[in-house]
Amino acid sequence: MKITTQEVGYIAHLARLDFSESEKGKLTTQLNTILMYMEMLNRIDTTRIKPATNAVSLDNVFREDTEQKSTGVKIALADAPDGTMGLFGVPRVLE
Amino acid sequence: MEFNKLTIHELQEKLRAGSVTSLDITESVFRKIESVEDRVHSYITLTGEIAIKQAREADRRIKEGNAGELTGIPIALKDILCTKGIRTTCGSRILETFIPPYDATVVRKLKDDGAVLVGKTNMDEFAMGSSTETSGFGITKNPWDLDRIPGGSSGGSAAAVAADECIASLGSDTGGSIRQPAALCGVVGMKPTYGRVSRFGLTAFASSLDQIGPITKDVEDCAIMMNIISGHDSNDSTSVPAEVPDYREFLSRDIRGWTVGIPGEYFIEGIDPEVKAATDKAIKTLAGLGVKCVEISLPHTEYCVAVYYIIAPAEASSNLARYDGVRYGFRAPDGEDLLDMYKKTRSSGFGAEVKRRIMLGTYSLSSGYYDAYYKKASQVRTLIKLDFDRAFKKCDFILTPTTPTPAFRIGEKVDNPLQMYLFDIFTMSANLTGIPGISVPCGYTKNGLPMGIQFMANHFEEGKLLQAASAFENNSKIERRRPEL
Repeated sequence: MKITTQEVGYIAHLARLDFSESEKGKLTTQLNTILMYMEMLNRIDTTRIKPATNAVSLDNVFREDTEQKSTGVKIALADAPDGTMGLFGVPRVLE
Repeated sequence: MEFNKLTIHELQEKLRAGSVTSLDITESVFRKIESVEDRVHSYITLTGEIAIKQAREADRRIKEGNAGELTGIPIALKDILCTKGIRTTCGSRILETFIPPYDATVVRKLKDDGAVLVGKTNMDEFAMGSSTETSGFGITKNPWDLDRIPGGSSGGSAAAVAADECIASLGSDTGGSIRQPAALCGVVGMKPTYGRVSRFGLTAFASSLDQIGPITKDVEDCAIMMNIISGHDSNDSTSVPAEVPDYREFLSRDIRGWTVGIPGEYFIEGIDPEVKAATDKAIKTLAGLGVKCVEISLPHTEYCVAVYYIIAPAEASSNLARYDGVRYGFRAPDGEDLLDMYKKTRSSGFGAEVKRRIMLGTYSLSSGYYDAYYKKASQVRTLIKLDFDRAFKKCDFILTPTTPTPAFRIGEKVDNPLQMYLFDIFTMSANLTGIPGISVPCGYTKNGLPMGIQFMANHFEEGKLLQAASAFENNSKIERRRPEL
């Protein structure tokens, strides 16, 4: 076993997801199958190998800090589930 | 006449000669959609009214002698590419109502060139899948056999081209999502080099692997599409400021004297005998063109799936954190507080496969597991890249089957995620290493299912790939069939 149902619950919280108990059970089995498969990577000695964070070598890209046209409030809020009062509305955060 | 069955280059000639209008072509495409779409289901959204308007505008442009390469040509777009004012769902219910306020750079380029937009094609949810079965908007069927999957994740884009429901399309490829469905649907699909095509407006799945590319009826059309979509874009800091050649110029060039590398590791147990036979035949065709065949070794091939399914979900878990019910898309109505709203929104908005990958990615990035999974996978990724660096010292390009088997049946792998993941074993390495790859039809099985062969070349050698693919296409004597629908 690589991951327990309890850990699945904790990871779900970190990922901001909720699962029913039966979903959690099924997910635990599936994740274990996948994580067991990944065990094969431990057959390779990677002690002095640099991790590749990207497919090609990338350099920082700089540009002049010039003013550009922004989207504007109306368009930025057009897709919001709650965009009244010119703001992104969310459920109460503070008591 | 059924203009929808023709290629871009065939239609270009007719449009220039004035023997057909874009309106004729567009209407023939929509007639086909009307007759087959209820069976194939390539599209999530159709944009008929926009298409007719664009076709009329294209016809005006052609009359004025002001036509681009794609002016008047009906094109379909994977529903992961942002289209200004047109719903873009990514195959997910969480974005069911999302209308982007801007166009992806590739979409703007197609529009500027005068292309006609047919619609937005079906896909696995957020491009996570190999069969288009994880879409929140229904399953796309393979036009060659409606009981089978079209491949994925760009299954709708490949099926639409195969069924002549558009002339060409764009897809996106994170682990094979252009090349694999192209192979299973009997069409051409290319994943360009990472950085060749701007990703601006391509909804992010795994940012170090994603790349946009064309799905077309033949290699020449692929070159035409590449001419339009390639190039640097200041809106994508990973797009490369390298010159883009005219890819069409490579098509008629000879490949005599070139060397093709055949990786022994790709002819594994489990490869379908008919796929193996078609690959052997393709190698013979190339030999007949004066290409020298050498065996090469890519020793870390067997680790690709494990590396990919650590890196891609890790990047996805971070990229998909933005779907929180605040700025766009679906919000669950009954959240008691902010945290509860996030959880309810994400849990009911995302499908099972997306949630599984977010979980996998969150786990491998979490404290205590990072070194064992993400760091380890990134190190093995370095070794996979070194394999290819070494291989390209011995050959001009690499040849492999695109998929281990032809299209499988709908539902066959749904309950076994690992089996589904292993289906993309031959295509993932190009994403992990950033090199370009193209899948070209290489024959049909006894049961009439298409199969594809994959060519891979070194970074930014798309021209070379198209040259080899075109030479193969012209000499392989593969009958050009269309699916009967």
